[in-house]
Order: sequence, then structure tokens, then C-alpha cells
Amino acid sequence: MKQKKLLEVHQNNSVKISVRREWCKSCGICIEFCPKDVLVPDDQLKPIPENIDACIKCGLCELRCPDFAITVEGVEEKDE
Amino acid sequence: MKTVIDRYIREEMFPHIWCPGCGNGIVLGAIIRAIDDLNWDRDKIVAVSGIGCSSRITGYVDFCTMNTVHGRALPFATGIKMANSDLKVIVIMGDGDCLAIGGNHFIHAARRNIDLTAIIINNMIYGMTGGQYSPLTPTTKFGSTAPYGNIDQSFDLCELAIAAGASYVARGTIFDPRQSTSLMKKALDKKGFSVVEIISDCPVSYGKMNKIKSPIDMLKWIKDITVSKKAWEGLSPDEKKEKYAIGEFLSKDRPDYTELYEEIIKKAQETGGNK
Ligand code: SF4
Ligand code: SF4
Repeated sequence: MKQKKLLEVHQNNSVKISVRREWCKSCGICIEFCPKDVLVPDDQLKPIPENIDACIKCGLCELRCPDFAITVEGVEEKDE
Repeated sequence: MKTVIDRYIREEMFPHIWCPGCGNGIVLGAIIRAIDDLNWDRDKIVAVSGIGCSSRITGYVDFCTMNTVHGRALPFATGIKMANSDLKVIVIMGDGDCLAIGGNHFIHAARRNIDLTAIIINNMIYGMTGGQYSPLTPTTKFGSTAPYGNIDQSFDLCELAIAAGASYVARGTIFDPRQSTSLMKKALDKKGFSVVEIISDCPVSYGKMNKIKSPIDMLKWIKDITVSKKAWEGLSPDEKKEKYAIGEFLSKDRPDYTELYEEIIKKAQETGGNK
């Protein structure tokens, strides 16, 4: 799961979290301010949603990411 | 799947040039989400910017865009709006661009109440040119040109906009991008000159010179220095000096400049130029 693909997708049966590694600048904002500690830094300080089951889909990581590098989608919801 | 953001950006320009943790990207996201919520036709939107880190925004969005000269985004935007008042014109500026170099344009755009939406990204410093203090750097804070602390009093951008005659005035932060998007939506929808100031961060200049160590600390700092408009009203004058009120300060209706100008044209045509 930790290899450096350009787009890393993590999914359980309620949420899908995608990290666009190429765009992420390792600022740490998404990790620090996630209210449920879903995200942990990897060796490049980019987020890995290790605790994805705790995610409440608040979307704050996506809204605060300055680089549009992390997105959160509900799994049941249809694509836009 | 394509996110809201993907649908509006010029993807080939990414990753963008801003530093890690820079608030410009958060503001860009908030603007895009506001426009998407309003469901506007992107070909009717013109985004205009001047010079500075924040002005790079116009290069990243797929609207009609114009990156102009330092401090002069508002005059260009005024020309665009006067030539075609059907266009929705958004002007994105930094604090130095808007209120130092372009300060005069700002007050007169507000005075005329021309139907533009000005979004000012206030990181309280000149980031691109090396951390000089701007008219929005708070007193006592540090910049490369204020190594002993700034002795100037900073403008209150929102109060200035209200006094000069704007129709809509609000302040948000990058800490609360949801609120920023909702304020921007109201501003964009409002006829007349609308102003939204967003308190942002520059980790490499402001942060470094004022000993705020990381983008994370800068966001925490923004959370600390801002309070809701209601809470702000209950603060003592001394406490107010340290804080920024957040929220909507003004939303009023006043004829916008393009409407008044169209009336003049009509009048002149009807009378054949005889007054
Ligand atoms: S959506 Fe909210 S809970 Fe889920 S990872 Fe992002 S910040 Fe954390
Ligand atoms: S907020 Fe965005 S750029 Fe910063 S670490 Fe998270 S994904 Fe990367």
C-alpha cells in the first residue's frame, strides 16, 4: 500500500480517500487537522489514511489542502 | 472521477508554484467551490489579477482570465465590466497589491460601487519579493524591512471598504474554508462592489520572520487571532487590537455604476445629445 504511485486510492465500504502524491507538498495540514486522526505521514510526510475506518467524511482535509492533493468521496454516492 | 476542482483548473499547470502550506491554494479552492455552487457559466466569468504570489491564481483557473500589472487589477476589471456588463468579473489581489500599490483604485472602485467582486488574500506581507511589510502588516510584527518591528498602523481593510462605499463586505480565513466559500458566494451574487478579505498565511516570509514555524502553526495562529463578529463586539479596545473579526459586515443595496452609466447612455440617445 505504501509504494509511490501518483494517485493512491484507499477505500473501505463507506469512504474513498485519494491522494495525488505528485501534487502533495508534504505540508502536514491535512494530517494535523483531521478531527479523527485518520491520516498518518509516510516517509515523505505525505498522508496515508491508515485509520480510514474512523473517517467521518467531514471533508476538512480536502477543503484545507492547499494543493488539491487529497479528496474524500462517500462510496455509496454516485459520481458527479 | 473528476472533483469539483478538476473541472475548473488548468490541470497541465499543476502542481502549482506556491510554497508548501501557502494559503493561496486554499483560497483558490474556496473560490472555485463558490462559483460551482452558483452554477455560473464559466465563459461569462472573468478573473483578473495584478502582481504577487496570489495573482498567479488567474493562471490556474479555466475562466476568461487576465493577469495585469501591479496594483492595477481593479482598473482593468472596471474596463471589462464597463465594456460588457453581462460578464461576472472577479478580482483577486494580495494585501500589498490591493492596498499599497492599488490603494487608490480600491477606494474609488468602492466609491463608484462598480459591480465587481474583489477577493483579497491577506497574508500581511509581501511574500514574492522577500517579506517586506505591507499596509496590512500588524503593528509590532516583523518583516525584512521592519527588522525591529513594524511601527505603522495597519489598515482595517473591511472598515476601509465600508467607509469608501462598497455594497458587500466580509472577512473569512483559510482556517475555515467552508465559511470563506459561503461569504464568497454572497459577495459574487451581490450587485455592486463586493469585498471579501481572507486572512491567509505566508509560512516562508511572515511565518519565518515572526517565528511561526510551520504551515500547521500558521493555521493555528490564524485560528487564535480571529473571532466571530459577535464575539469581537464584546472585546475590550485592547483585546480588539490583537484580533480580527470574522463574518459578514455589510450587505446593502445601492445602484451600481454600470446601471447608472447605461441610464446615461439611454438618456443621451433619447435626447439626441441635446441636454
Ligand atoms: S474527511 Fe475528515 S475525518 Fe475523513 S480523513 Fe478527511 S479530515 Fe479526516
Ligand atoms: S494538506 Fe495536501 S499538500 Fe499538505 S500534506 Fe496533506 S495532501 Fe499533502
